[in-house]
Amino acid sequence: MTTIDRRPTPVTSIAHHTMPQPGPIARLFEPRRIGKMSPMTAFVVYGGLLFWTVIVVFPLYWLLVTSVKLPIDVNEGPRYLPFIDFQPSAHAWRYVFIDIGGDTFRPYVNSLIIATVSTVLAMLVGSMAAYALVRIEYRPSLGSIVMFLACLAAAIVAVVAAGVPWWIAAVGLVAVFLLLLRAIGRRFQRRLGNADIQFWIISQRILPPVVVALPIYVMFQNLGLLNTRTAFIITYATINLPIVVWLMHDFFASIPIDLEESAQLDGASRYRIFFDIVLPLAKPGIAATGLLVLVLAWNEYLLALFLSGADVQTMPLLVAAQNATRGPQWWYMSVLIVIMIVPVVTIALFLQRLIARGLLVGSVKG
Amino acid sequence: MTAAPADRDTVGPSVGRRARFEEWAERQASLVFILPATLVILGFSLFPLLVSAYLAVSRFRLGPGGFELSFVGFANFRKLLFGSEQFHFLGRLEALGPLSWAVLIGVAALLGWWLARAYRNPKTGVIGKVGRTITATVALGLTALTLTTTLAGGAFGSLMTTLFYVVVGCTLQFLIGLGLAILCAQPIVGRNVFRILFFIPVMVTPVGIAYAFRMLADMSRGPLAPIWSAFGLGELSWAADPWAARMVVVIGDSWQWVPFIFIVLLAALENQPREQLEAAQLDGASGWQTFRDVSWPAIAPTAATVMLIRIIEAFKIIDLPNVLTNGGPGIATESMTLHSFFAWRTQDLGGSAAVAYMLLFVSVVISVSFFHFVVRRARREHL
Repeated sequence: MTTIDRRPTPVTSIAHHTMPQPGPIARLFEPRRIGKMSPMTAFVVYGGLLFWTVIVVFPLYWLLVTSVKLPIDVNEGPRYLPFIDFQPSAHAWRYVFIDIGGDTFRPYVNSLIIATVSTVLAMLVGSMAAYALVRIEYRPSLGSIVMFLACLAAAIVAVVAAGVPWWIAAVGLVAVFLLLLRAIGRRFQRRLGNADIQFWIISQRILPPVVVALPIYVMFQNLGLLNTRTAFIITYATINLPIVVWLMHDFFASIPIDLEESAQLDGASRYRIFFDIVLPLAKPGIAATGLLVLVLAWNEYLLALFLSGADVQTMPLLVAAQNATRGPQWWYMSVLIVIMIVPVVTIALFLQRLIARGLLVGSVKG
Repeated sequence: MTAAPADRDTVGPSVGRRARFEEWAERQASLVFILPATLVILGFSLFPLLVSAYLAVSRFRLGPGGFELSFVGFANFRKLLFGSEQFHFLGRLEALGPLSWAVLIGVAALLGWWLARAYRNPKTGVIGKVGRTITATVALGLTALTLTTTLAGGAFGSLMTTLFYVVVGCTLQFLIGLGLAILCAQPIVGRNVFRILFFIPVMVTPVGIAYAFRMLADMSRGPLAPIWSAFGLGELSWAADPWAARMVVVIGDSWQWVPFIFIVLLAALENQPREQLEAAQLDGASGWQTFRDVSWPAIAPTAATVMLIRIIEAFKIIDLPNVLTNGGPGIATESMTLHSFFAWRTQDLGGSAAVAYMLLFVSVVISVSFFHFVVRRARREHL
């Protein structure tokens, strides 16, 4: 290219273009060079991007300015700019942080603990399963699975309809299943593979949470765990498990197997290989998946509606309840929403770096 | 790993037991890795699913010293489909006019032709035939329901409202997300800044979004009030109009979910082979031609998959309608999840479980159909 450009005669450069020089209007629609945009395209592209930037930023901006408004500034029509349209005031912030500080911080701390612990649990259990599905071959027989489901259904009917205590039913379920497995387990021929197990785990996402919310509520009631953080932690870890398995599966699959094989030859156990070699290699994947799951647990609303009581409330519930208790007091509500979304927006900035590198997205290609 | 031989040297008589334990643990490793996840999912998905099924066919009554459940068969479902809850679940049904009948017969003919073709094809197995029959039946039923609740002058129930959120919301989000991804894939300055900005809404708490949009949509005191009053709409209340209220929910939902589709499609566009694009541009292909013939085939499989995920999640919507409108006006914005939640709150556990099961049925049929007839096809044709 450079040699052609340096040629002194203008003839070659015209021959290079082959087309006649476009007029001034047409030039607006012609890119100057391959890989560049024409001025008109650039106008449309930047215009569209700026338009959407406004749409994304404005609701967040409005929350922020509403949080520093006095009630009168909200009620007397829209006022847009602090210091110009209205005098900002920290009264709502003072009220939320100091006057009712305890009522704000308890749900906040609850949310923090529940989101973090459930994420750690989901990541641990999910990563182990995902890794096992990549590296170990499983061949459960179809017949024994059907048999287990039948036993489970029988146990549930026994508990719900016949009033058998649940722990007796659980022990009976396991005992009968193991006996049956001993007796007729060898006859089952059709077997499932890893892909089936993985599909089964991921397909749990199709399940609308409202279908399982009610029995989970009853289950925790029976266990005496209703209205505790433990109930939230266990539930959130479980509902996010499919996402962890799905995303981590791809990260583990992309790790070359050679390292693990040589470690195995050195006599390292599977546990050791997993925790000392594989997990450190999968760090970017763990970070991306973990942050995503953390945000999902932080924002969760439906199951919190079922599980929470007077003692344990999470932030989404506190925010949602603002309307019911005192009518829409937008200034307090905005403060609560702002302190609730600051952590997730920060996480979004971190997560974005990982996403830009094409992580998370690879698994969508399927 | 270097520690392993050292261990063997230092440990004395207990070495046998410890080694035996390690050997045993190593043999069980394959179980230890997968069992926690399996048990947890069994306990929190499969077990509740079965309990829910049981609740859906029983009536729940608070009695002295607890509650009692009595088996009522399909009474809960009958109530939703034909009985006192029909207006709530299916909507207010009106007799079809001539135009609606024409549309319905047209759709039925199309589905019949599609089914007949599949049945005559020797490659279609038993599962394929059953699956297609279910898909066609559900599609026909939903078409009839759409016609009777819109063209014939009826009103939406929670089923149609949920489908409205899914169909209109997902379409809108896909179009905007794709548009933004195409804009961002151009050779622009500051692509990463836009990418970060556009990604943020998907992380924001839905409950917070709902309140933010309630403020924004306030037509007399919200930020857009001058625009509304310029059009003489300042006194109008969107919250009292079923369609306006549903649209506000869809707009809030779209604000949140466009980023998800955008970020995935942008990555797909950036990953497409550069040479083909440049070759097309050198050949003088227009932007539209380049997109249709080069970019779209490259991103179609990803687009289909991301839409599948979005559709699955869209069926679960509850936060926005609950906080924005509390399901109102009347039941106009009530999604099925919200319907189920309201039923639970009034101690109607059987009814609640029945609605939840209907939601499960509809979302599974639509997601699986979408997977088979859109995602698979996209992958087959474009890979």
